[in-house]
Amino acid sequence: MAEAKATQAGEPTRRDMLFLATGVMGAAGVVGVAVPFIRQLAPNAQTIATGAPIEVDLTPIAEGQGIKMFWRGKLIFVRNRSKAEVEEAQKVNVASLPDPQADSARVKPGKEQWLVLYGACTHLGCIPGGSAVGEVRGDYGGWFCPCHGSHYDTSGRIRKGPAPANLPVPPYAFLNDSKIRIG
Amino acid sequence: MSGPSTYVPKWGIAKWMDARLPLPRMVYDSFIAYPVPRNLNYFWTFGGILMLMLVSQIITGVVLAMHYTPHSTLAFNSVESIMRDVEYGWLIRYMHSTGASFFFIAVYIHIFRGLYYGSYKAPREVLWILGCIIFLLMMATAFMGYVLPWGQMSFWGATVITNLFSAIPLVGETIVTFLWGGYSVDNPTLTRFFSLHFLLPFMIFGVVILHVWALHVTGQNNPTGVEVKAVQKDTVPFTPYATIKDAFAMICFFVVFSYFIFYMPNYLGHADNYVQANPAVTPPHIVPEWYFLPFYAILRAVPDKLGGVMLMGAAVVILAFLPWLDTSKVKSMRYRPLARQCFWAFAVTCVVLGWLGSRPAEQPYVLLSQIFSALYFAYFLIALPLLGLFETPNKLPGSIAESVLSKIKGGSAAAVGAAAASEPNTKG
Repeated sequence: MAEAKATQAGEPTRRDMLFLATGVMGAAGVVGVAVPFIRQLAPNAQTIATGAPIEVDLTPIAEGQGIKMFWRGKLIFVRNRSKAEVEEAQKVNVASLPDPQADSARVKPGKEQWLVLYGACTHLGCIPGGSAVGEVRGDYGGWFCPCHGSHYDTSGRIRKGPAPANLPVPPYAFLNDSKIRIG
Repeated sequence: MSGPSTYVPKWGIAKWMDARLPLPRMVYDSFIAYPVPRNLNYFWTFGGILMLMLVSQIITGVVLAMHYTPHSTLAFNSVESIMRDVEYGWLIRYMHSTGASFFFIAVYIHIFRGLYYGSYKAPREVLWILGCIIFLLMMATAFMGYVLPWGQMSFWGATVITNLFSAIPLVGETIVTFLWGGYSVDNPTLTRFFSLHFLLPFMIFGVVILHVWALHVTGQNNPTGVEVKAVQKDTVPFTPYATIKDAFAMICFFVVFSYFIFYMPNYLGHADNYVQANPAVTPPHIVPEWYFLPFYAILRAVPDKLGGVMLMGAAVVILAFLPWLDTSKVKSMRYRPLARQCFWAFAVTCVVLGWLGSRPAEQPYVLLSQIFSALYFAYFLIALPLLGLFETPNKLPGSIAESVLSKIKGGSAAAVGAAAASEPNTKG
């Protein structure tokens, strides 16, 4: 038979051809299937759509008070800091902080009284208290995380406790003096 | 057939493992050294294809369950969300819904292969019955899965099928109420169907393991129906012969499967199921999925409610009794000239019943359904029991090797080996 002769001569046979074609189709199939099965884990279109920027009216927030809201499922703190709190945040020796950052880098110029932060402790994600008046604000007058005892100052910077970093500032901009857009 | 193990662990770790849990030995004996008849044709690749389809359905199903909401007010929209919002959700859902159809295409080919070559006969009765159980579980799984999108066909399919149980005398109504978890098909029905639709494939997987175990005890049947007599002459090792051939068949099957997924994903479904379930309006023409149509035709052939339900159930259950209904000692229809004709008549009957099941319940379809239902049962209850007694079979080959060798003229010994594994489909 031709097939047997071809094998003896060391030439590729029809069977080799089928073997290769099957292997290539199989490999292409596996890769082609792997992509959708990984991509389906990504946020879906609805989740992305609900992650659009939000606008926040600052008028109702009195000096010294803070509010909380969600953006993209994450808690956001907005605090109207008193003059004393702002001064306290500004006068700290930045080099002495666990995560050195000046207060000016955490607020918008000319709007120093407004502090906008992600409200999840940078240690393991609990929500630090201190936004509402009457909640424990910790040793530095900012926020205190009850889970593992992290103290944040009036700029949301970590001062004491296990958290490794300051509360991050989300992307936001002032639309006018009393309105911000987060995102 | 399996014989003593020929596995010899090569490495230290393999020896260590072999003395504790001989899993590599089991894999080696089952999928490498396992002897398969050298004359198997491509119809024998569907077992592997079915295994792959089951795994595919489980994987896509688990992913769909991540995005699906089993609640009567949210289910339909969550499926639409899968189609539009989830990345590649449309693909995964089409793989799953079209996959159900292709699962059944493969299982019907697999079953008819068994019917033609007499794979249900001694010593493979238990193997065959396990297959019947898998088939039954598949039907239950497919039915409940079809309810989950909560479209019009889902809802009314569920209503009609669950109402079948109301035909049972005395306790029928109570059973149906317990199936529904209420007084009609509603949210409690949907949530329990979702739970069971998730569970049953794993039960199928369990029975498949028993099915393969039983297969490996008796060994595979083959197109001649003559049992393996000399392992050296009649069989080839599973690897590479069966593995490569199965892989090739799987790829070919998946090429066709892919064509349906990408170019005609809704061809085998019903447009009505893209309308949300409405308990106040039944679609004008309600039919089950194509793979249930022959049984649906048998159901409707009987004018009596209980009778129709019982006959439909009998049409499935009778398969399990086939090993004892077929009285012939000869397995393969290749050597049974009369039975072969009956087999093809039966195959045509099944197709016609499928077509009748898709027709509206009016004349002449009802009468035709009655005639073909009778033919369906006649194959099992008249043809096979009697033919074994009256038919004169053709002469069987002495052995598998003999049947293979008699086909090859002037071939060298090496060519025989090559031809053995690549025998074309033989229709007997």
